[in-house]
Parts: sequence; C-alpha cells; structure tokens
Amino acid sequence: MHAVVLLKEILDWELPASKFRVDDEAKRPPLDLGPSLLGPFEQNALELALQLKDAGVVTRVTALLAAPGEPVDGLRKALALRCDEAVQVVAEGADAADPSQTAELLVAALRRLESPELVLAGRQAGDWDHGQVGYLVAERLGLPAVGLVFRAERDGDRLRVWRVAPGGVEQLGVRPPAVLTVTSDASLQLRMGSVMDRMAANKKPITRWTVEDLGLSPERLAAARRLEIVRTWAPEIERQCEVIDGDDPAEIVATVLSRLEELKLLSRSP
Amino acid sequence: MILVALWDLGPAAREALGAAGRLGDEIAVALLGDPASAEEAGAYGATQAFVFDGDFAGSGGEAAIAALTELARELGARAVLLPRDDRTAEIAPRLAERLGGTAVTQVVAIELTDGRPVWTRSAYGGKALVEVTAAAEPVVATLTRGAFAPAEATGGTATVSTRSAPAVDGAVELLEREAPSTGASLEDAKVIVSGGAGLGAAEAFRELEELAGLLGGAVGASLAAVDAGWAPADRQVGLTGKVVSPDVYFAIGISGASQHLAGIGGAKAVVAVNTDADAPIFASARLGVVMDCHTFIRSMIEQLRSAT
Repeated sequence: MHAVVLLKEILDWELPASKFRVDDEAKRPPLDLGPSLLGPFEQNALELALQLKDAGVVTRVTALLAAPGEPVDGLRKALALRCDEAVQVVAEGADAADPSQTAELLVAALRRLESPELVLAGRQAGDWDHGQVGYLVAERLGLPAVGLVFRAERDGDRLRVWRVAPGGVEQLGVRPPAVLTVTSDASLQLRMGSVMDRMAANKKPITRWTVEDLGLSPERLAAARRLEIVRTWAPEIERQCEVIDGDDPAEIVATVLSRLEELKLLSRSP
Repeated sequence: MILVALWDLGPAAREALGAAGRLGDEIAVALLGDPASAEEAGAYGATQAFVFDGDFAGSGGEAAIAALTELARELGARAVLLPRDDRTAEIAPRLAERLGGTAVTQVVAIELTDGRPVWTRSAYGGKALVEVTAAAEPVVATLTRGAFAPAEATGGTATVSTRSAPAVDGAVELLEREAPSTGASLEDAKVIVSGGAGLGAAEAFRELEELAGLLGGAVGASLAAVDAGWAPADRQVGLTGKVVSPDVYFAIGISGASQHLAGIGGAKAVVAVNTDADAPIFASARLGVVMDCHTFIRSMIEQLRSAT
C-alpha cells in the first residue's frame, strides 16, 4: 500500500504570544518572526505513516508538500526518516492561508502520484488552524475520511483506526483508499533518525512540480479560493495577575481560596 | 434560512442558537441525536425542527454529512452552524464541500456588514484573530464553545418533522467504542483542576482527581501531560482538545503554551501555580502562586477536607 503524507511548514508554534505580531498590510505575521518548522500534527501524521511502514502495512511512503520557493527543510527531514520519495508542489500564485486553494494543489499532485491508497494529513496546521485540507482532499478525490486518528493497524482487508470522539475513543474500520487526519498521541512523537540517514537524505532528489506541471491554470486556482481575509490582529491579553505570596504554603493556599470566594467564583459551603 | 445542526439541546447547542440569531434570518434545527429536545428547540428561536431517526454513529461522520447535505439543500440554507467539537471537526469541511460552499472553523464572533456576514475566527493557536468573508455560500461554520451568548428561552414553538438517517456506503464502519475516561465533563464544569508537565508523574493526576472531587469540579490536562501518558487524551484542554469556560481554572504546573491558552479564554478566572515565576501562564492568570505543585495540591486537599 502506497501512503502519502501531506506536510506543511509553519511559523514556530511555540513562539510566545508576547512576541507574536501581525503585519497589518499582509494580514499575517511577518516572515522573519521566527523559524519555519514542520507542524506538530504533520509530524504525528508522518510518524504514523512510518510506523505503518515498519509494520509492513504500508510499502511506500511519499511526503508531499505545497509551498512556494526553494525545497524546504521539512522534505529533507522526511527523506532522512526514510520516506521513499519527497514531492514539492511549487505553490506560486496560491495562498497558504486558503485551505481550498491548498487542497486544489495537493489533489492535482495526488492524481499524478502512483495510486496512493492512504493519504495522511495533520488534523490542522498550527498556523491558520483551519483543519480543512485533509477533508477537502478526501471530498475532491471521492474518498472516505476519518478524522482525529492516533493509531492504525491492519485488520483483514481494511484498516482499524482509533480516533478521538466526543465521550471517548472510537475504533473504526475503513477500507482504503482513504484519507486519515491525525492528532497527537504519546505514541506519535516523530522519531529522530540517524546522522547517516540525514547525510544520505541530502543526496536524495526532491521532485518539484510547478502549478503548470500539474495542469492547473491560474484561473482555476483563483476560482478555488474560498476565504477572503478582511483583517488579522493579535488580541491584547488584558488580565492582570494578582500574585499571592508568603512564607507559609498553607497560608498562601488559604488566601487563594478566600480570594476566589470574595470574587464569587468559588463556594465552599454546600 | 439558517440551519443549526445539533445532537442535543445542551449549553453548546444553546450558544449555537444564540449565534444563529445574529444572522437575522429564519432558523431551522436539525437534531441528529436526542429527539426529545425537538419541541424545546422552538423555545430558543427555531421555527422548524427536523428530527433524524436512525444510526449516526455507525459510519463515522458519513451519515451525518449526508443527512445535513440533503436538508441544507432542500432548505436553501445560507449558513449551517455547528458547535465545534471532535465530531464536527470532521463534518464541517466535508459538508461545505458537498454544498459547494465554504467552511469557516473556530468561529468566535459574527457581525453583519451591509447584510453580509463577517466571521471572526481564531488562528495561530489563539495568538491571532482573523476576520474573513466567504467567496461561496452556504457557509458551514463551527462555533467555539463559550464565544457566543446562549439563546434565551422565548416560549416560541417549532414545527417538528421526522426524517430517517440516509443510507450510506460501508466505507467506514464503527467497530468498537471505548468508554470515556471517568470524571465530570470538562465542557460543563464550573471548576477545572488541570495539570501539566510540571506535575512530573502520572501519580500526581490521582491527587488532582481527589482535589477536583473536593471542589465539585473536573480534571483537565495540558497536551504535554497527555503526550507523556499521564492523563487520557479526552482530558486535554486546549485548542486541539477541549475548549472550556469554567468559573475557575486551576493551571497547575502548566507553562501556558499558546495552544493551551486558546482553550481557556472562556474561564472567568485562571489560577496559575508554577515554580517558574516567568512562565507565560501568569500573563493570562487572575491569581498567581509561585510554589511547588505538589505542596499546593496537598495543602489545598487538606484545607478543603477539614472544611467539610
């Protein structure tokens, strides 16, 4: 089974709110605000694909990413972790903030790849947080989709997947070809890879397809756009923290409890 | 027509009905879960209620998407609103696509400008807010819990009609459901005691459970604590977990990553407990304590015990 993992590099998601700012004109954070990294859920999706390959469920893993410009580090990393192939859609003329346009590029690339039977995407990229691309890809390829998966195994001729659902965990059976969106789990921390593999990855080719290569006209790409950004801003954090200190822990805890009662937020009397 | 898709008439549903009221149009409700609440939907502003009979859990999101696609088309809905949760995350984008419309997720505000809705959503783990308009209708929006004032009961009535869940192909099939972890619901809790990496071990979560019990609250966890395997995934609070709005949120040993803060913006007061006085959580807290987490938890348990 051939698996394709949809990757994206995003602004370091651990950048503290105090350092975050928005370029009002561009309606997004400036490019030099921090490093670009593979998004956390994309890392989980990549790890799940590699685990399925280790288990023999998947025979081939392709890393696919749409981004403008030069090949990105994320694809090198995927190759260093023994993905079989890395493909970049050189996304000139597309807006990474629009999930429908991103999906249009990825669908065209998936159609060109050799019969992918499993498409893995992160549940949402931690920049725009749309949580849409995996599902839009599924709909446009006419494939079933299961969201928020954190574990998958072979179960006869289908996959058994574990996913987060309201009120607990569901185990679902899904017949490939299918799309899974992946959420975080202790078991899906992306592996490190060896130094040897990292060096070897620098010599491996990255396939680059332009928008024209994929047969997408600029008009078609423009028509795929769904969201118009009116304004983006970083909300002020207005709260003022009242620090409660003292020498005796018991006294501090007692003060916390009585302050919460004064604020009418906590009541200890039944 | 605005279609609101609900599984019950709980607090999240009433917030969705409150949000629907902002769009200045007639409201219809699709009930995919509890049929008993259909009559009540009218009291919260809906003029029509559609109750779906049948199995919506057995096919992943498929049956719900098929039912809502059919109904939204039939009603010519301009917008479909859903409470944002682990179920609707997978439904909204696919429903929007089938309707030829636009999905707008994580919506925290709706304004009408010249009769056209402008949707405010959160992004960058809650560090940014973005106003967007949609190029294609209908808009299928997921609404962040705690962001909208719930609809008030008006005493109105809705015409109720019953439908059957549509048959879907068997590409996805429910095999087993694991029981949710024990403990009170995070979304409805007035007090949440939440633990993070600073707790250091799974055992500390048992103490948190005792503390939550004494406070009549629920136990939450940060992504770091869930990833460490100390707390089950359904206890995770944050942008990608539960979005909560309690009166008091105790953040114990939680540094305050932005994705966590994005889940607790609805709390009336955050009490931050951390050994690191520079932890970002203090910037979002009403009360702050720089103290060893275990000392705090134990002392609090003792004092609450002796008070009862």
